[in-house]
Amino acid sequence: MSWISKTFSSSIGRKIIVAITGLFLCSFLVVHLIGNLQLFKHDDGVAFNIYSHFMGTNPVIRTVEWVLLLGFGFHIYEAWALFSRNRSARSVAYVSNHSEQNSRWQSRNMSLLGTIILVFLLVHLYNFFYRARFGELDPDINNNDDLYTLVVSSFHQWWYVALYVLAQVALCYHLLHGFKSAFQTLGLNHRKYTPAIEVIGYAFSIIVCLGFAIMPLYFFFFTNEQGEPLSAVAPLVDSINLALK
Amino acid sequence: MAGSNPNAKPMNLTLKVWRQKNRNSEGKIVDYQVKDISPDMSFLEMLDVLNEDLLHRGEEPVAFDHDCREGICGSCNLFINGRAHGPEKGTTTCQLHMRKFSDGDTITIEPWRANSFPVNKDLSVDRSAFDRIIQAGGYISINTGGTPDANEIPIPKEISDRAFEAATCIGCGACVAACKNASAMLFVSAKVSQLALLPQGHVERKSRVENMVAQMDKEGFGACTNIGSCAAECPVGISLENIAILNREFLAAKATSNNLS
Repeated sequence: MSWISKTFSSSIGRKIIVAITGLFLCSFLVVHLIGNLQLFKHDDGVAFNIYSHFMGTNPVIRTVEWVLLLGFGFHIYEAWALFSRNRSARSVAYVSNHSEQNSRWQSRNMSLLGTIILVFLLVHLYNFFYRARFGELDPDINNNDDLYTLVVSSFHQWWYVALYVLAQVALCYHLLHGFKSAFQTLGLNHRKYTPAIEVIGYAFSIIVCLGFAIMPLYFFFFTNEQGEPLSAVAPLVDSINLALK
Repeated sequence: MAGSNPNAKPMNLTLKVWRQKNRNSEGKIVDYQVKDISPDMSFLEMLDVLNEDLLHRGEEPVAFDHDCREGICGSCNLFINGRAHGPEKGTTTCQLHMRKFSDGDTITIEPWRANSFPVNKDLSVDRSAFDRIIQAGGYISINTGGTPDANEIPIPKEISDRAFEAATCIGCGACVAACKNASAMLFVSAKVSQLALLPQGHVERKSRVENMVAQMDKEGFGACTNIGSCAAECPVGISLENIAILNREFLAAKATSNNLS
């Protein structure tokens, strides 16, 4: 099947793989964010631990996990292949190049942003995914693995919080370019819909990354070591919890 | 001279010019002073003044590409102060005028930089890679016969306008020069979408995009990452929509053509 391999090793073919996997990873971000909102539930992590137990044991989720791994793998590999091809297309650099006058910073630095996100991802996977799946966590009152306590204690380490916030800023800039860029690569450019795609992409990038960044910041600044909200914010947390009940 | 400003004061400028003996030698930036440059001169006329000066001093003049000097041939190609064709939007180097600069300015002048555009000498580059991409499919191979009647093939005005917009590409290579990835996709997409929009182009539609993209990759141009520098620097305003059309055409051709290799 040489035409297939030729298609997907061509410059446009690789772009298409990066675009499709990128949009797939965006859908993962939404699921991940919504699930994690349970960290804010004022119940000593019971709901969050039920959720993480479900995510770690449900056969459908466990299957999709492999698809997700493939999604990350292809996205990173193909983007790296494009990056190295593109870098070798100009071996003598300009003495003076004012690209900031014709394009956005994030558009020119997707590889840098992607690398920051990858470093974060590895730390993140080791700390939570690996320990939840392969490590020994104490049981909570429902006899589920108490991942919540690990999250709370991690988010009380300043360097860990700093890494998370930095990674979310990088992810936000990565998405600011990546979201609309994926549609362009797939040929989905139309004067009626492209302006809407751009607005949705901007809103998506900011809302998702803000949502993720609030989690470590909330635990670091507004809860004690057990994840109990400090007295200053407790009424607010409880009233939000009540409203969402 | 019509349109000239009698009050415009002549300018003295410092030029930092890329000098390179030939394709295989190392180049470097050399500083030159030019005096009494009229603001009404074009950028290329200013370089003519520099070259006359160099000739009088018995030095080698600076080689640069130019032909029509009317902004339509696409020959001129200078990277001026970090921008393809200089600071003015929608302008070729020959249509850039010295009134855009001020007395005492330092101007850096470099050739297009891309491995697919090797430097011939100084500021002149070899853009034959573009010719080979066009030869790979950027044409319609039909026997034209006699002159057809006007409007024999109905083409909606909107479509013919869009095809014409794409056809205005002058092949100067500013898109490649401005692109961080030295990608030629704006150039290729202009020709592909021009011909894909018109009925005459439909016969070879699939093989055209397959062959032109294959040749583009073979020439060593980078891959587009939708940065948008190309369209921002294009002197004739070719839009990014063409690259989306190219991607669509490529995917559709690969999925449905009879070409198995």
